Amino acid sequence: MINLRERWTDQRVEEVISVLLRTGVVTAASVVLLGGIIYLIRHGASVPHYHQFHGEPPQYRTLKGILTDAFTFRGRAIIQLGLLLLILTPIARVVFSVAAFTLQRDRLYVAVTLIVLIVLLINLLWG
Amino acid sequence: MTTVNEWVLRGVRPYVMSITLLSGIIFLGAAVAGFLGSLTGLGGGVVIVPLLALGLGVDIRYAIGASLVSVIATSSGAAVAYVREGYSNIRAGMLLEVATTLGATLGAFLTLHAPTQIIAVIFGVVLLFSTIPFRFANGAEHEIDPLAAKLRLDSSYPTADGQQSYHVRHVPLGFGLMALAGALSGLLGIGSGAMKVLAMDKAMGFPFKVSTTTSNFMIGVTAAASAGIFLRQGYIDPGLAMPTMLGVLLGSTLGARVLTRTATPVLRWVFNIVIVVLGIEMIFNGLTGRL
Repeated sequence: MINLRERWTDQRVEEVISVLLRTGVVTAASVVLLGGIIYLIRHGASVPHYHQFHGEPPQYRTLKGILTDAFTFRGRAIIQLGLLLLILTPIARVVFSVAAFTLQRDRLYVAVTLIVLIVLLINLLWG
Repeated sequence: MTTVNEWVLRGVRPYVMSITLLSGIIFLGAAVAGFLGSLTGLGGGVVIVPLLALGLGVDIRYAIGASLVSVIATSSGAAVAYVREGYSNIRAGMLLEVATTLGATLGAFLTLHAPTQIIAVIFGVVLLFSTIPFRFANGAEHEIDPLAAKLRLDSSYPTADGQQSYHVRHVPLGFGLMALAGALSGLLGIGSGAMKVLAMDKAMGFPFKVSTTTSNFMIGVTAAASAGIFLRQGYIDPGLAMPTMLGVLLGSTLGARVLTRTATPVLRWVFNIVIVVLGIEMIFNGLTGRL
């Protein structure tokens, strides 16, 4: 019987990570594209105001705001959900790395990876 | 001052663009930037902010937010191609990501509080620096460094004659340079790929292939650290990030497809000249307070 430690070689871990990353990007880009089409159909003829910085409203800034607003099926809300999925993709990779180093019983790198994960989560949730 | 006057001042044609037209222009520009960036290995992110800020009069803070999400997309999208080759060093990547994510947090914090003119000037200087060609050390033989050995950074990579092992050194210096690369990434919304490769190859003595593939892995995590802050602070605008991210992703994917078959010195020169011009313009516009 092959034990878990041998099955999760570095090369295997990287292959799983790369599939994870690609899936995340393809999903995020599809959601952004869908939201973009709805946004342009509804608001394509209006005039943008990007030359002046206003900051985004709360529903495009917090996890809760983005998740609840996306179900109103407004274009910008769906785009923002896609962008959130995109930001979560590298974070998911770090979460997976914590699991992989745990299976390899590599305590030092479980600790290193947890530090990276904590920085990412603090910035996303309270930044 | 009216909207139209602002656009005229910034050199944009004196009519007001609709969202659809502007999105189309951004999409095409981002696709070209992503394509050239991936062909030349300089990355597309570095010209996205000048394109949006100088070319289209977008506030530099929105431009940085849109550029950063594009950086995450290209880095994660390219990972599949890189991993197949089996060069990257996941332990080194993760250890150095401690430095880049902390640096990126600091960089994003600076962007929130620094005047936009200063950000523009720093951006211009970084653009100019990014065109300097470096000769890479390409994994010369070193003695075993005790700290690198303790952190298990020494590894091996595939060559034509089988697995070649390597030893790395100068871990604290590499860590410090990575923190700086992360800070620039967070401050300017770029990937800082060249600086990451420089830190791994020149300072730490990783083989070049290991440096480039591991650096690509790190770019996404680094950018996610500052993107979290920018999202929370309202710097990521969906209407602007949408065409930017989709354009860069399309361009860089196409660029990666043709990469192996094309000789690129001429293209690299052209892209370098574009970057120098953009760098000077960023500095000029920053100093005169127009960005």
